[in-house]
Amino acid sequence: MVEPAVDLTHGHPHDDHEHHGPQGWLKYLWSTDHKVIAMQYMFTGMFMAMVGGFMAYVFRMQLAFPGMNVPGFGMVSMGEYNALVTNHGTIMIFWVAMPVLLAAFGNFLIPLMVGTDDMVFPKINRLSFQVFFVSTIVILASLVVEGGGFAGAWTAYPPLSANETYNLTPLGSTLWVIGVGLEFVAFLLGGINFITTLMNSRAPGMRAFDVPLVVWMIVVASILFMLSVGPLLAGAIMLIFDQTIGTGFFNPATGGDPILWQHLFWFFGHPEVYVVLLPAMGVVIEIIATFARKKVFGYRIVIFTVVATGVLSFFVWAHHQFIAGIDPRMANIFTITTLLISVPIAELCFVYIATLYGGSIRLTTPMLWALAFVAEFLIGGVTGIFLGAAGADIYFHDTYFVLAHFHYTFFPIAIIGTYAAFTYWFPKMFGKMMDDRLGKWHFWLTIIPFNMIFIPLFVLGMGGQHRRISNYSGFSELARDGFQDIRVFATVSLLIMLLAQLIFFYNCWKTWRSGPKAGKNPWKANSLEWTTESPPPHGNWHPDEMPVVHRGPYEFSVPGREDDYWPQNEPPRRDS
Amino acid sequence: MTARASIIPFRPRPRRAEKLISNGVLGMLLFVFVEVMLFAGFISAFVIIKSRAVGSVWPPPNQPRLPFEQTAVNTSALIASGIVLLIAHRLYQRGKESVGVLLALATVLGGVFVWLQGVEWVALIREGLTLTSSNYGALFYTIIGAHAAHAVVAICVLAWAWVRMMRGRLSREAMSTVSLFWYFVVLVWPFLYFQVYL
Repeated sequence: MVEPAVDLTHGHPHDDHEHHGPQGWLKYLWSTDHKVIAMQYMFTGMFMAMVGGFMAYVFRMQLAFPGMNVPGFGMVSMGEYNALVTNHGTIMIFWVAMPVLLAAFGNFLIPLMVGTDDMVFPKINRLSFQVFFVSTIVILASLVVEGGGFAGAWTAYPPLSANETYNLTPLGSTLWVIGVGLEFVAFLLGGINFITTLMNSRAPGMRAFDVPLVVWMIVVASILFMLSVGPLLAGAIMLIFDQTIGTGFFNPATGGDPILWQHLFWFFGHPEVYVVLLPAMGVVIEIIATFARKKVFGYRIVIFTVVATGVLSFFVWAHHQFIAGIDPRMANIFTITTLLISVPIAELCFVYIATLYGGSIRLTTPMLWALAFVAEFLIGGVTGIFLGAAGADIYFHDTYFVLAHFHYTFFPIAIIGTYAAFTYWFPKMFGKMMDDRLGKWHFWLTIIPFNMIFIPLFVLGMGGQHRRISNYSGFSELARDGFQDIRVFATVSLLIMLLAQLIFFYNCWKTWRSGPKAGKNPWKANSLEWTTESPPPHGNWHPDEMPVVHRGPYEFSVPGREDDYWPQNEPPRRDS
Repeated sequence: MTARASIIPFRPRPRRAEKLISNGVLGMLLFVFVEVMLFAGFISAFVIIKSRAVGSVWPPPNQPRLPFEQTAVNTSALIASGIVLLIAHRLYQRGKESVGVLLALATVLGGVFVWLQGVEWVALIREGLTLTSSNYGALFYTIIGAHAAHAVVAICVLAWAWVRMMRGRLSREAMSTVSLFWYFVVLVWPFLYFQVYL
């Protein structure tokens, strides 16, 4: 899966000054070039997205047509259903959203956007992907070992996750924890690189507030990740001991505390939402500024808002535990912080709309994805307010309302944000222009079915449908009032959406075969990555042509200039 | 032209910003932050489980006591190692050619700490304190074991640095990076010691 991908970016004559290294496909395996590593992350992530999407297909079919022989899978037992749901969540967050948005685009964009030849620690960067690749193999192996994949939900609450007599997957659950742990180590190594590169490797003239917002957001996301992951790693070590050695950290019978895991998990788990959200938000503002041909509204405000969001995100975690038995006074505090954190995110949405206001908007495919991100994420955010209020959450907890809510946040992040970024930077990554007409077909056939999957699930949730049931026909009160018809509707919408992804793959293949060449700067954007070749050569720029920065990245439609864009590296005219 | 000047303020000739912290030290600082949070997670787990002890009796009545006084010896070896390394680090930063003796001394003192800890563990296991004997034992071996693992890795890194220094190939930045990791191992220990042993 990885090799052909890498070949696309790197199989061009520019890397012949790397000939002293290993040859052939080994060159890609051991490459330290940030673009190659980005492609490795991206194509591993895309492969895992197919795995996760297939899981969604299987369990949605089971929900709509209980007991059906699902084509391509077979009968779904209750244990298999649990394993599918668990690993769908795990893979989509840790093996799709994070590697693609954070690692792939972080790796690809940061050195290019700050104007340097590579990451600060290229070998650590390579190690990061290698650890990630091992973690991918571990999580895939956990699906096929005896007993099947881990079936304790992606949050892995003990005692279900800690005791094999409850989860019945002794091997799968341990491999799951090991896989997730390795994956975290990979992103730690990557995060160290991202932060250090932004701090120390900026092009001459690039000051802190000349850095494109997407770089800022990826780096803030990395900082959040690094500050929050430690306690979860501690918890993971204790969970593995509980599973394999028989300690009782999370076992109340020996004086342990199952809620302790929930605290350790969500102390990481909630900042994690912002870890994947911020890169997507950054991608979107880059695209909006470029295609509205307008300067970002309140550049510094955006950065301060993002930092405030990051700080606040460490104080909201217990809103996942309102009915887990925490102190109601604590629930009050966490309700307040949770409602507070919607303020900076709402502010970002307003900034995006203000950037659009009065712009000369071009509805290209990336722009459509970016606008859809703002609209769809807004629904996710607004429904989150219901869940953040402890009183309402008691009713909504563990219903389809929760599920629909977080899919309205994660789908815009991981799918819409990724497609926005992919279609926007595709010319830079592969040097060819994608077909805009096919791109728009793909866009509409993804967005409309997406809403048709999850809006019905809100309705189910408000009807009180519990989310962890594999076969509703066993519960007559949950299968009445047309609820089953709503489930069938959602599943059919999912099938349409999955089929629509074929358009995307066809578009990629067609572009790769016969797409028109993209020049250096097809979108007429300002940031530094558009000043080099497409795709960028090894080292990004010719050593004599390393960019020098004269202005911020969003100088669109400056009065008195002929062009409506003003690249960051263009020297000012002498007479000004 | 005046209109443009009001939009884009005057900027001096671009030059590369000076690094506040060198690459290696910054990378290690970030790594140490993660480690601090890892141990914070362990400590919070310890505090929560301790607060749930039956009848607030901690350590549990049927479990051996941890040798607080004896471990003070181990602790002083570790602290001494940290101080020696601090001196070596400072001298090296100020341009001294080689501080191989001090670096070796710091490494050996660190090794003494790990060895004494090992001796202590063997005694405790003989007395019946194991990972599965109680949550007290489980927490002790997990937290102190995590620290020991860090100490062992750090000692290997110090030894590597010593070899490089003997060959005259240890950069000042690398010395700072390596020292930083050892300072972390030394400085986190008193917190663990007073929290877990007392």
